[in-house]
Amino acid sequence: MPKVLSAHLAATYAFLYLPIAVLIALSFNKAGLPTVWTGFSLEWYGKLAANPKILASGWNSLVVAVVSTVIATTIGTLLAVGVERSRHSAARDALLFAPMIIPDIVLAIALLSFFTLLKFSLGLSSIILAHVVFNIAFVCAVVRARLKSFDWSLVEASRDLGAGAFVTFWRITLPLILPAVIAAALLAFTLSIDEFIIAYFTAGAGQSSTTLPMQIYAMIRFGVTPEINAMATIVMLLSFVLVLSAQRLNRGRIPGS
Amino acid sequence: MAPGLLWLTALMIVPCLLIFVLAFYERGIYGGIDWNAPTLGNFRRAADYLYVSIFLDSARIAAITTAIALLIGYPAAFAISRAPARWQTSLLFLAILPFWTNYLIRTYAWIVLLNPVGLINSALIGIGATIAPLPLLYNEFAVILGLVYSYTPFVVLAIYSSLQRLDPSYAEASRDLGASALTTFLRITLPLTAAGVAAGAVFVFVLSIGNFVTPDLLGGGKLQMIGNLIYDQFLTARDWPFGATLSGLLIALMMLALAFQAMAARHAGGGHA
Repeated sequence: MPKVLSAHLAATYAFLYLPIAVLIALSFNKAGLPTVWTGFSLEWYGKLAANPKILASGWNSLVVAVVSTVIATTIGTLLAVGVERSRHSAARDALLFAPMIIPDIVLAIALLSFFTLLKFSLGLSSIILAHVVFNIAFVCAVVRARLKSFDWSLVEASRDLGAGAFVTFWRITLPLILPAVIAAALLAFTLSIDEFIIAYFTAGAGQSSTTLPMQIYAMIRFGVTPEINAMATIVMLLSFVLVLSAQRLNRGRIPGS
Repeated sequence: MAPGLLWLTALMIVPCLLIFVLAFYERGIYGGIDWNAPTLGNFRRAADYLYVSIFLDSARIAAITTAIALLIGYPAAFAISRAPARWQTSLLFLAILPFWTNYLIRTYAWIVLLNPVGLINSALIGIGATIAPLPLLYNEFAVILGLVYSYTPFVVLAIYSSLQRLDPSYAEASRDLGASALTTFLRITLPLTAAGVAAGAVFVFVLSIGNFVTPDLLGGGKLQMIGNLIYDQFLTARDWPFGATLSGLLIALMMLALAFQAMAARHAGGGHA
């Protein structure tokens, strides 16, 4: 590889990771100020753990992410199997691709209008309904990628031997694609726990349904504080661990591709 | 399969159709929506110079972002595709990983770096490159930088997948026949990976033009893009029908970009990246 090309690649990684590294380093800086290093401290993490607003919003995010992940993984996996087993349909593929490309703000206001018109009360449940939309699409894409190399004759053998459709799915198909399903669930969880705009619009008024990203947004708008650095470090490390595990499970397939 | 398709239809297609319907009504006198009189008034209003200029500004910012992301992303993807095979997956994963972390936090990191007492200004003053801190934050520069930072991983991914599908014997044949490395790249490699370039470009363009968080946080409220305009109509001005009209126009722009991508993919003869 030419030297220029390697240098460019190294510079690209530096561009991608330096801002993240700076945040992590500053979260351990004793002084709140970002410019001078005044010694190692866990003070900001302590402050974070004692902030009831952050803890409450963190709990809300966890509830939204867990429930939407369970629903989306179940529905999305069945969808993927159904789609791979049936004839190709361009319209259906477009429907499955749409959630990944529709600008968040458009889906956010569309759902806000829809829920309001139906007089559906806004809160954690409306956020969950909304998060399942894009998570179904992601789960479906990840599981479909795995199913491309799936040996369907195993399913036919099971059916020939007299097993019903449900038993065949439960005993044959699911165990074989399970790593991809778990990987998909981890990614869905990551997407949901980080999602801000759609939650912001479908949460309704009031602090009771504030999620962690909404809390982070409010803090950022208020100004740069060392507490945000500490929270950013925790949130980013959590994502790194989740995505890394997903990649391991999914035979090194890159999430998102 | 049915529950999934039903979910997407009920909670994505129907709400989006609702937006199209809303666009043809106006706000009631006491807020809400006046369902009595369908009108084209919102579209006439959207054609006003004020709004057209915001659309054009957003498109310009999205286009500059796309160009820079391609200039960074293509060579990076090319370098990864030339690395030893056993490293490629890890190198690509390293390039995508930031995308999976919180968007707000990645944007916030640039506030920390770019502000007047931030690291970059401190460093510049430290080495004597400038006396007073440079105005790096809360302007168009910061917004474009933030968008490029957030979306370059997509470009690397899209272009890498089309480079990977490229048969290396084409480039080898070109070199054997005496073409220089540059000519080979420009005449063989680049045209054959046009589908990946188009896919990456469309993704960056669409996500940038409809963005609301980055202009809000890094533009410091001085910079209005379509996303901020829609946000204001829904949460500040409470004129939902006009906000719906603007969203409808944004969706139309997005469709146009996707049609362009499909055309580029067909032209390049490759599949979607």
